[in-house]
Amino acid sequence: MSEPFDPARWRPASFLPEEDARDPALLFVVAVLCFLACLTALGVIAGNRAAQDWASQLTGEATVIVRARGGETPDAAAARAAEALAGVPGVTEARALEKEKAYALIKPWLGDVADLDDLPVPRLVAVGLDRKAPATAAALDKALKGHGLDAVVDDHSVWIKDIRKAAGVVRWTAATLLLLIAGAAAAVIAFATRAGLAARRDVVEVLHLTGAEDAQIASLFELRFARVAAISGAAGAAAAAALGAILRLMGGGQGITPALPIAWIDLLAVLPCPVLAALVAAVAARVTARRLIKAL
Amino acid sequence: MSRNAIDAAGDHSADEILRFTGVSMRYGRGPEVLSDVSLSLPRGSFHFVTGPSGAGKSSLLKLIYLAARPSGGSVRLFGEDVAAMPAHELPRTRRRIGVVFQDLLLLDHLSAFDNTALPLRIAGHKPSEYRNDVAELLTWVGLGARMEALPPTLAGGEKQRLAIARAVVNRPEILLADEPTGNVDHEMALRIYRLFVELNRLGTTIIIATHDQDLVARSARPVLHLDKGRLRPLPPQGPMAPEAAG
Repeated sequence: MSEPFDPARWRPASFLPEEDARDPALLFVVAVLCFLACLTALGVIAGNRAAQDWASQLTGEATVIVRARGGETPDAAAARAAEALAGVPGVTEARALEKEKAYALIKPWLGDVADLDDLPVPRLVAVGLDRKAPATAAALDKALKGHGLDAVVDDHSVWIKDIRKAAGVVRWTAATLLLLIAGAAAAVIAFATRAGLAARRDVVEVLHLTGAEDAQIASLFELRFARVAAISGAAGAAAAAALGAILRLMGGGQGITPALPIAWIDLLAVLPCPVLAALVAAVAARVTARRLIKAL
Repeated sequence: MSRNAIDAAGDHSADEILRFTGVSMRYGRGPEVLSDVSLSLPRGSFHFVTGPSGAGKSSLLKLIYLAARPSGGSVRLFGEDVAAMPAHELPRTRRRIGVVFQDLLLLDHLSAFDNTALPLRIAGHKPSEYRNDVAELLTWVGLGARMEALPPTLAGGEKQRLAIARAVVNRPEILLADEPTGNVDHEMALRIYRLFVELNRLGTTIIIATHDQDLVARSARPVLHLDKGRLRPLPPQGPMAPEAAG
């Protein structure tokens, strides 16, 4: 025989049936959206890091192409250029590359040539730049001209510009994607709220006629869908973090590919997902519910 | 009738809880379900609303519990013109009215206790303030042993009493009941009627819409008789029977 009801142990039940909050389809859709959002965020972070690394490497280097003049040998011209460049403020190192390295660089275009010494192959000088205060291409050019050298300075600025531009495009694309995903999540929640209100019109009607304010009724749906979104968000974030971890483990320190170097700390980016998902869901449910209740 | 005309009518007694002045009502573009209804009910009164099906009884009650708006005329509730009431005041006004709906509108997923406590929760009371009162009330209406039961498991009379308990738990100033004895036997109808009489003694204004002519006749209470949407007051039908007096 069951124990008699004890009012002192009574806890208020939810006005909305609990089983409504366990809609598997809704949980799945929101979780997938959160998963995609987290993957996008991880991709942006990794892509940004790759772009920064590349830009940083290119910023710290310059290449000078030296052509011999008059009776001077290419090696002598390169050595003189390296010496001239070493004295420029903002240069940490200037090193003439051996002719073998210069030949190796042009080999793909010329093929196996018996005697490259007969060709006027220019020499290269690799210049290391101070990353904090790098010498400008103009300063290097001035120093070379000052020493009467026929040389061209490539400070990689064209490549750096392209890399930064590409990184910017990736960031904007990701931001647009995140907004679209948030919009899709809000639309799904709004749809679910509308369906929930329609399915529980009896509850809404009773609450309304018993003196509940619109905000009170809307808050029931707001809290419910915020909770659903938080649970789905946590599931989606966990899945994305797991995938990120697998990619990190597969690729060692560089991630799965040097183009997308994921770091362990990047995985923390998924943490705000459940909160953000809950916020988006709460706002969508609140706006939808209040509009529909007003129309009752 | 315009608001000026109502003001001109003057005598809004301090004891008047409800006044209809030339009220008409229609659903959408349909025909009028209430036409030129005027009435004034004093606080603490007990009235039956009678009439054939479709006469407008439920519509009259809907206007009182603010589930509908009149298409013409004026409704004054608790001394205030409902049409001039700001939207945010409507929920608070509804909390002063208890309603036993014709189809009861019990929430099937909530226990009898939760259903009864619903108006108190909506009004923002803490469970510690009312849980004993709810238990006492359920015992008073004869549901002391069914507090945890879900409505689908209750018998017809138990559901009626549960709906009544929910309607009165917040000590409303007006209690409206739409066919509260429609689905119960004669004995249960008298028990429910006695509940209303008791509440009325405690000061609640009671308005009951019913088809139960026998109950109306036995009660000797004033009758508001509706016919094709028009109000026709009838005198009490007869002396109160001893069993109905409670």
